[in-house]
Amino acid sequence: MDKPFAITLDVGSSLANHTGSWRTQRPVYLDRIPPCNSTCPAGENIQGWLYHAESGDYEAAWRVLVEDNPLPAIMGRVCYHPCEGACNRAQVDEAVGINSVERFLGDEALKQGWKLTPPAAESGKRVLIVGAGPSGLSAAYHLRRLGHQVRIVEAGPYAGGMMRFGIPAYRLPRAVLDAEVQRILDLGVQLELNTKVSDIRRTMQEGGYDAAFLAVGAHIAKRAYIPAGAAAHMVDAVSLLRSMEGEEKPMLGRRVVIYGGGNTAIDAARTAKRLGASEAIIVYRRTREKMPAHDFEVAEAMEEGIMIKWLSTIKRMGEGTITVEKMALDDKGFPQPTGEYESLEADSLVLALGQDVDLSLLDGVPGLEKKDGVVQVATNMMTGYPGIFAGGDMVPSERTVTVAVGHGKKAARNIDAWLGGKQYAPAPKHEAATFDLINQWYYADAPKTVRPQLDLVRRQTTFEEVVAGLDVTNALFEARRCLSCGNCFECDNCYGVCPDNAVIKLGRGNRFKFNYDYCKGCGICVSECPCGAIKMVPEPS
Amino acid sequence: MAFEQVKFYQTGTFTVGNRLLEPELRSVQADTTRTNSLNSGHRACQGCGEALGARYAIDAAMEATDNQLIAVNATGCLEVFSTPYPETSWQIPWIHSLFGNAAAVATGVAAAMRAKGRETTRVVAQGGDGGTTDIGFGCLSGMFERNDDVLYICYDNGGYMNTGVQRSSATPPAARTATTPAMGPEPGNVFGQGKNLPEIAMAHGIPYVATATVADLRDLEAKVRRAMQIRGARYMHILVPCPLGWGHASADTIRIARLAKETGTFPVFEAECGEVTSRLPIRKRLPVEDYLKPQKRFAHLFGPEPATATLARLQALADRNIRKYALLEET
Ligand SMILES: Cc1cc2nc3c(=O)[nH]c(=O)nc-3n(C[C@H](O)[C@H](O)[C@H](O)COP(=O)(O)OP(=O)(O)OC[C@H]3O[C@@H](n4cnc5c(N)ncnc54)[C@H](O)[C@@H]3O)c2cc1C
Ligand SMILES: Cc1ncc(C[n+]2csc(CCOP(=O)(O)OP(=O)(O)O)c2C)c(N)n1
Ligand code: SF4
Ligand SMILES: [Mg+2]
Repeated sequence: MDKPFAITLDVGSSLANHTGSWRTQRPVYLDRIPPCNSTCPAGENIQGWLYHAESGDYEAAWRVLVEDNPLPAIMGRVCYHPCEGACNRAQVDEAVGINSVERFLGDEALKQGWKLTPPAAESGKRVLIVGAGPSGLSAAYHLRRLGHQVRIVEAGPYAGGMMRFGIPAYRLPRAVLDAEVQRILDLGVQLELNTKVSDIRRTMQEGGYDAAFLAVGAHIAKRAYIPAGAAAHMVDAVSLLRSMEGEEKPMLGRRVVIYGGGNTAIDAARTAKRLGASEAIIVYRRTREKMPAHDFEVAEAMEEGIMIKWLSTIKRMGEGTITVEKMALDDKGFPQPTGEYESLEADSLVLALGQDVDLSLLDGVPGLEKKDGVVQVATNMMTGYPGIFAGGDMVPSERTVTVAVGHGKKAARNIDAWLGGKQYAPAPKHEAATFDLINQWYYADAPKTVRPQLDLVRRQTTFEEVVAGLDVTNALFEARRCLSCGNCFECDNCYGVCPDNAVIKLGRGNRFKFNYDYCKGCGICVSECPCGAIKMVPEPS
Repeated sequence: MAFEQVKFYQTGTFTVGNRLLEPELRSVQADTTRTNSLNSGHRACQGCGEALGARYAIDAAMEATDNQLIAVNATGCLEVFSTPYPETSWQIPWIHSLFGNAAAVATGVAAAMRAKGRETTRVVAQGGDGGTTDIGFGCLSGMFERNDDVLYICYDNGGYMNTGVQRSSATPPAARTATTPAMGPEPGNVFGQGKNLPEIAMAHGIPYVATATVADLRDLEAKVRRAMQIRGARYMHILVPCPLGWGHASADTIRIARLAKETGTFPVFEAECGEVTSRLPIRKRLPVEDYLKPQKRFAHLFGPEPATATLARLQALADRNIRKYALLEET
C-alpha cells in the first residue's frame, strides 16, 4: 500500500488498547434495599412501585404494590407509614408522601376496576383461616395466589375485623373497605360469616383442612375497677365503636369522658363528638409525650375540639359526675397519685384501656405457648402445634393493620412451604441504601418554583381523611420526589461521566452494563451515581 | 444561565439524562448515538478530567455542526494520551502540529475550508492551559484579534501535566507543582502572578467567551452549542481536574470541579463581545477549604499548623469572584 512520506504503519484505533487491564478495583451495579422498603411492616417494595408511578404507569405501580399488599386504598388511609419516618428524602427536605401516593394508587385501582391476578394453578390443598381482619385477608390473598383453596371463617356479620369494627368510617369509608375485600374474594376465596370457631382442631378436622391460619385479633376490652353508682353509664371503647356499625347508634349524652391514651381513646372521643357530644374529654394518666396515640391523631382530635386532661386517673363515677385524681411524675418519670381530687360532669364514661385476645378456640391444643395473653409463634409464624399458624394482634407484635397484613403474607409463604414439606427461605437481604450513599447534588434544592407546590402537596397529604386524596398531577409529582435510593432509575449519569466510554447503555428499562475491556476503575460512576446503585469491589484475581 | 432549567423535580437538570425526560431534553452525553469523539482505549490516567471534558465538548460540537467538524490539537496530555502512533482514539478529523501553534493551524484549516467553499465545515482548536496561556498565547491572541472563525477550547488542569506537573500561568496560587515546591516562607505557587485567560479573551472583544467545568454538563453543552451558532473567534475555558497533578482520588474528579464552582474559586459564566451575559449561580456556597482539602497539591496548607493567612487570601480571591460575577444571585 502507498503511504505518505515518513508513514510506515496503517492507522489503528485505540480500541486495540484494553485499558481495563490497569484496574485494581471494578465498579458493579447492584440493587440496595431502600429504608422505606426495609421499614415497611407489610414488606412492600415501595421504591419499586414509586418507580412505575413516576412514569405515570399507575397500573404497573399498583401491580407491584399488590404483590405484597392487597389493600392499598385501605393502607393509604390507616397505615401509620413508618416508611416516611425512614425516608432518606427527609434529610434533603421532607419525606416523600408515600402514604398519599399509595392511597392514590389504591383509589385509582378501584376506579378503574383493576383485578388481582388469579392463581396460575391449583395445588389441591385446603387452608382454613379464622378471622377476616387484615391479617386473615392478607393470608387468604397470598395463599389463594399460590393456588391453595382458602376458606375464611369469621365470627362477625361482616369482613374487615378492627378495620370495620374499630377504625371509624371518617378515617376509612366502608365502601373502600368493601371493595378491597371483594377483590380478594373474587379470586375464589370463600368467606363464611357469623360463624365463631370455638375448637380449632375440630373445625379443621371436619372441614378436611391441611393447615390453618388464625387471626382472631384482640377484641376483649380491658377493664379497670372504677366504683360506680347504679345510674352511671359506662361503656368500653371497642363496644362503642363496634355499635357504630349497627342500626342503632349508641347514646352517650352531651358530656362524654374517655379514659385511656391510645389511638382507640382518640377514635372513641372523635366518634363521641361526631355523635353530638358537646364535650368530649380524654382523661389520661400520663403526659402527652408518653401517650401511645400518634401525635397527628392527637392534633387532629384537638382541632376538632376534643379536650385532654393529662396526668389524671378516674377514681369513681357517680350520677352525672366523675371524680378524677391528679397525678404527678416522680423522678423516674412515673405518674404517682397526689391525693388532689377534682370532679368532672359526665353523662357517660368510655373505657379505652386496651384489648385482650380471646384464645378460647385454642383450648386443649397441645404444644402451644401463651405468654402475656398472646400466642407465641416461631419465625415461620407457626404456633407450637404443627400446621396451625397465627398472626396479627393475637401474636406478640405491634398492633397495626400493616403489621397484620405483613404477618398474613409471611404466614402464607410459610404455610405454602410447609404444605409442600419444605422450608420457606426468604431471598437474602440486599445491603442497605443508607443516606451517605446518596449524592445530594442531584436532588437538593430543586428549582424554587416547584417548592410552593410541594408545600401544597404536603398539606393535602397530612390531613388525608378530611381532605381528598391526590389527583393525577400531584400524585405524579409526589412520586417523582422519590430518590430511588439504591436502585437504578436510569438517569444516564454513569453513561455520561465515564472518561473511558466504558459504560454501555442498554436502553429503557434495561439499565446499563460495564465494558470491562476499557473500564480503568476510576470510580467516578460510583461517586456520581445519585442513588447509590453502583459500588467498587476488588478486581477478581 | 446559559440553558433552560428543566423543572423535573426528581433530579432537576443535574443528571446526564433521565428515562422520564423527552429525548430532546436530555444531554448529548445521554444519547447512545453520541459521537464518542474520544473513544475508549485512550491512555489518560484513571479519572482524567481532561479526557472527560474533551469528549463532552467535542461530542456537543459534533452534534451542533451536524458532524461537520475538524479538530486541531496542541501538544499536551490530550494529544499524547489519544494518539500514540499509529493508534488514535479520535473518531473525527483531527490534526496535531506543535505545542504552541494550535490557534494558528486552526486559522489555516478554517481558511482552507473557506477556500474550498466548505464553509459548513467548522473548526475547533483545543489544548491544555500551558499550550494556551503560555506558549500558544501569541498565536491565540492573533486568532482573536483577526476574529478568525475558530472555537478555541482550553482544558485547564492548572499545569503542565503531561511533562510531570510543572507550573503554568494558569496554576492557582499556593498550589504545589514540580516547579513550585511546598517549601520556604511562601510554599507553592506565588500569589499575584499568572493570567486570567477568559478575561483576556473578553478584552479582545471577540463575539463569545465562556467558562465551564466537567461538573455541569448541561451548561457546558449549551455553551458549545451557542458557540457553534456564532461565526468568528470564540473561546471556551473548561476546568478539568487532574487526579495525578492535583493529588485527588480518581473518583473525585467531578466532585472537585463542582467544589471549584460552588466555592467561587472558578467562576462559570459566558460573555458576548466583552460583556458578561450569564453566569451559573452557586447553589450552595461553601468555604474554599472544602475545595482545597481533598487535593494533595494544597496539603501544605493543612499541616499541624494550618496556613490561615494563605487560606484567607484564597478565600478572598473566591469572594472577589463571587462579587464580581454576582455568583450568588439567582438568574
Ligand atoms: C379503634 C381502633 C383504631 C385503630 N386504628 C388503626 C389505624 O388507624 N391504623 C392501624 O394500622 N391500626 C389501627 N388499629 C389496629 C388494627 O385495627 C389492628 O391491629 C388490626 O386490625 C389487627 O388485625 P387482625 O387481623 O389481627 O385482627 P382483627 O382486625 O381484630 O380481626 C380479627 C377478626 O377475627 C374475628 N374473630 C375473632 N375470634 C374469632 C373466632 N373465634 N372465630 C371466627 N372469627 C373470629 C373477629 O370478628 C375479627 O373480624 C386500630 C384499632 C382500633 C381498635
Ligand atoms: C515547544 C515545546 N516545548 C515543550 C514541549 C514539551 N511538552 C509537551 S506537553 C507539555 C505540557 C503540556 O501542558 P498543557 O498544555 O497544560 O497540557 P496538559 O498536559 O496539562 O493537558 C510540554 C511542556 C513540547 N512538546 N514542545
Ligand atoms: S496527567 Fe492529568 S491530564 Fe494528563 S492524563 Fe493524567 S489525569 Fe489526565
Ligand atoms: Mg495543563
